[in-house]
Amino acid sequence: MIQLTSRSKVVVDKKMSFKEKLYLPAIAKGMAITFMHMFKKAATLRYPEIKREFAPVYRGMHVLKRDEEGRENCTACGLCAVACPAEAIIIDGAERQKGEEHLYREEKYAAKYEINMLRCIFCGLCEEACPKDAIYLTDRIVESSYTRNSFIFGKDLLVEKMDDRIDISKRKKEYHID
Amino acid sequence: MANITIDGQTIEVADGTTILQAARMIGPEVAPPTMCYYSKLKTSGGYCRTCLVEVSKGSEKDPRPMPKLVASCRTAVMDGMEVKNITSAKVIEARKSVVEFLLINHPLDCPICDQAGECHLQDLGYEHGSAKTRTDFERRTFEKIDIGPKIQLHMTRCILCFRCVKVAEQITDGRVHGVMNRGDVSEISTYIEQAIDNDFSGNIIDVCPVGALTDKTFRFKSRVWFTKPMNAHRNCDKCSGKAVIWYKGDDVARVTGRKDQWGEVEEFICNTCRFDKKLTSDWTIEGPKEISHQSVISANHYPANMVKPRELTLNNIKPITLIAGEIK
Repeated sequence: MIQLTSRSKVVVDKKMSFKEKLYLPAIAKGMAITFMHMFKKAATLRYPEIKREFAPVYRGMHVLKRDEEGRENCTACGLCAVACPAEAIIIDGAERQKGEEHLYREEKYAAKYEINMLRCIFCGLCEEACPKDAIYLTDRIVESSYTRNSFIFGKDLLVEKMDDRIDISKRKKEYHID
Repeated sequence: MANITIDGQTIEVADGTTILQAARMIGPEVAPPTMCYYSKLKTSGGYCRTCLVEVSKGSEKDPRPMPKLVASCRTAVMDGMEVKNITSAKVIEARKSVVEFLLINHPLDCPICDQAGECHLQDLGYEHGSAKTRTDFERRTFEKIDIGPKIQLHMTRCILCFRCVKVAEQITDGRVHGVMNRGDVSEISTYIEQAIDNDFSGNIIDVCPVGALTDKTFRFKSRVWFTKPMNAHRNCDKCSGKAVIWYKGDDVARVTGRKDQWGEVEEFICNTCRFDKKLTSDWTIEGPKEISHQSVISANHYPANMVKPRELTLNNIKPITLIAGEIK
């Protein structure tokens, strides 16, 4: 038989000696290992006080971006929803009225934009499909909750706040068409 | 009768048939795309130049090739004529340029436009165009105009195919709708925004190949690929009552005419059917409309039996149909 690991030991059903029956040397050996670990660097972090840095390609909770003037980029074109393999996105469009030009960039906007975070598989296809630079996946984590309804994120949770802009410059891709 | 060969496929057609009609008889693989020609409208065609083909042999009696590419919608067949469509590099090149010209003033606001997903210019640009434009000039812009209470005209998106003008001329009585001015300032007008009252005026929405004429009752309601089309009919004293109703959830989002594989309506429907009958109880539903597997409408989560099966065609071999089993 091929050995899968060098650490495997053959178990033998032999009688233990008196020294082995005392267990004391084995306990001492085990305690020494435990004691040694007190001086090693901890493998864990004290989350949420300390947060581990994510890779730039990490795909976490979505953000709906605004432009420099604070207008929503999303124009409810529905390409994210049709690209979504999990059918997690629901959009309803509406027409921009007079006086709302500072809120929405184009003449149509998403009146309702919902992502079901339980359905979402964080594949990033919505981001890829978006022609308006509106949706990006960020390094934020979707918080846990007790009810299913609370995982349906509406525009109140997805659209970025003006005083808390989310930097997605690392995720922006440059496309070159020849 | 005349024998005509298009892309290596020969067909016998009646005298006076145009090359385009002959190509359509052979099948969609050899039929040139059209933006302005509409078989249900007389004198349509000849404006957009997308159907240009190369005539490599004029006829049996005069076998010289035609010196320039010809508009297939306006050129009648001759006996022994040989035509090259997609097998001609010249045609492919010319068609690419035509698409570029059509898109020079087109705003490319597809994410907003209600026509996106069933737009002929989108399909044409995707199949024959290039991803870039070479023009640096500003695109022409116009204000939106309401043509009557139910139809909206976005002149910026118009490619001046004249189909709507032909509808106003031939389907409705008394034309209140035409093209004004010339050249790159020409525009569709109703002579100072006069409402079209005719019962069949809504058909200008169906014939418009782009999103220039759109249904105001459907404006921004939904993207077409989130709606489900059903063939349905009702007893109508004005028209045949045969239409396609597009469901969004349980509600009828809009009603259109039934379009064939060339994107032309089979029968024109009246405004009552189109704009006022938006309840399921108004209609007798025949069943789901077949959707081409290439259409984005079919991309959206359809049961397999609603999407038209993939058809493989090779030159003279008859279409082989791959039957996809119903996915449950």
